[in-house]
Amino acid sequence: MTGTASEPVVVAKALGRDYSVGGGLFSRPATVRAVAGTSFELYPGRTLAVVGESGCGKSTLARMVTLIEEPTAGALSIDGHAAIPANWAGLRESVQIVFQDPYGSLNLRQRVGAILEEPLKINRKDMSASARAEKAREMMRLVGLRPEHYDRYPHMFSGGQRQRIAVARALMLEPKVLVLDEPVSALDLSIQSQILNLLLDLQERLGLAYLFISHDLSVVRHVADDLIVMYLGRPVETGPKDAVFAAPRHPYTKALLSATPSADPAGRRERIKLEGELPSPLAVPPGCPFAPRCWKAQPRCRAERPELQGAPHPAACFFPEA
Amino acid sequence: MADASSQIASTVPTSRPGRLSEFWRYFKENRGAVIGLYIFAAFVLIALGADILAPYDPTAQNRAATLVPPVWQEGGSWSFPLGTDPLGRDMLSRLLHGARYSFFVGIVVVVVASFGGILIGLVAGFAPRWLDTIIMRLMDIILAFPSLLLALVLVAILGPSLTNAMIAIALVLQPHYVRLTRASVINERTKDYVTSARVAGAGRLRLMFITVLPNCLAPIIVQAALSFSTAILDAAALGFLGMGAQPPTPEWGTMLAEAREFILRAWWVVTFPGLAILVTVLAINLMGDGLRDALDPKLKRS
Repeated sequence: MTGTASEPVVVAKALGRDYSVGGGLFSRPATVRAVAGTSFELYPGRTLAVVGESGCGKSTLARMVTLIEEPTAGALSIDGHAAIPANWAGLRESVQIVFQDPYGSLNLRQRVGAILEEPLKINRKDMSASARAEKAREMMRLVGLRPEHYDRYPHMFSGGQRQRIAVARALMLEPKVLVLDEPVSALDLSIQSQILNLLLDLQERLGLAYLFISHDLSVVRHVADDLIVMYLGRPVETGPKDAVFAAPRHPYTKALLSATPSADPAGRRERIKLEGELPSPLAVPPGCPFAPRCWKAQPRCRAERPELQGAPHPAACFFPEA
Repeated sequence: MADASSQIASTVPTSRPGRLSEFWRYFKENRGAVIGLYIFAAFVLIALGADILAPYDPTAQNRAATLVPPVWQEGGSWSFPLGTDPLGRDMLSRLLHGARYSFFVGIVVVVVASFGGILIGLVAGFAPRWLDTIIMRLMDIILAFPSLLLALVLVAILGPSLTNAMIAIALVLQPHYVRLTRASVINERTKDYVTSARVAGAGRLRLMFITVLPNCLAPIIVQAALSFSTAILDAAALGFLGMGAQPPTPEWGTMLAEAREFILRAWWVVTFPGLAILVTVLAINLMGDGLRDALDPKLKRS
């Protein structure tokens, strides 16, 4: 993390979120620990990628940073202010989100212009209608939409164009942080790179900080600066992207990396196949959550939970690789 | 800005169909619905122009001509095309004016029931779980009663009149709107566009009425069309039971009740009001089915 003299724009300390589920007439409510003990710092102009398989708490993390869910543990501060519900209204403009599914994230009853202007209508009440329209058109240019798209409805667009609209909407309030919740995984491969390049371009121009949620490691390799690998709601390895990709320390990271397709047919690959399923988050094993699927697990792993530690970059494993 | 948008409109020959014309295209495919629509339009015109169309005052009694049969039957005359009732009132005039009452009942009941129902349904959909549970169990209780029986009880408490009958029917129909609205609200609320409106800072009221409600309207419109006919039918039933519009009023159900004892001697006094109810209700139901097909996004092909 060199070259960033500026202050972090998002700081999360031991962030956690529990849900209580069930609790019907005949059952006792159970607690699901969706996210626990997640800490990170996000700097302007940089991209922090969060990777992990589905159900590992990536999206919950995204929702907490976007001020949709309140953390049940830990502290989150955005732009130097504590992100507690009392401050949410003031911080809304700093963090915006782009969702995975561009078909569900746009209101089908609104024209593109209205979609883009809505954030301004809510937050900049003193702005005139023509100023709002002007801003919306400018933003459309920025994300590569044509001016005549202003009056159209979302259903007239392809997935990639819709995602451009979603990005434009997220940028209308000039946020400092953009949470990208799998922004390209619903798109065609050819469109994916267009959107990714658009995002990188926007980041460079506007100095945005990205929290990039993804399960696709080849996408992450393309865009990320830093990486958090999550497993069952906890980070198991964090560090600069290059370091983690070059020398993964946690066995889970290693398995994940070995599962990404490589374009080099000659490259010898040792593919690690994980046995078993992700344990239910309702019954997390007492020790290392990864122990039941780990080929290196020792009795200690099943009894004690390893902390994130070690060098060159931290990993939550008693017997790290390398 | 107006210049800019008109300029763009002129440079791009968009073939975007308006929402209305697209709706009409789907609606047109259903023959029955179109026929229903025409009958309903005629019904509306009759209701609006009853004063001009009706040859007589609907309550004027003509003692010289009681129980005159319709024109095509022996003894009938062109001065009373559909005959007269036992008090010598012109059947045609009464039926035409009756359309006005039925239309009025339908409009008022649907407006009252849908406004109340949509509001309560929205609140239930957005409310915390305990409030939602209270509201929905209350609605279940209302739904558990046979609707006509409940309306009858309400009218018995409020006193028999057309206004009270309308209130009672609106109350009975309301839970359907509540359930429908709540179900679509809950379905829509989890979608990402609602979340992004929240992230943009939309307050609860804005979310309810501007973001979510327009996306829930299609099934509610269908329900409104269908309950229009239910309202007419229920009002006629209450009238028939003596709990709705009171006798001199030319309301179709009340007319049926009045003519009951002449059913064997003068078939026309019972048949025509009955037919009027049947045709109107059938037409509206056909139209409602067509609306459902046209508004259902699952059946849309573009």
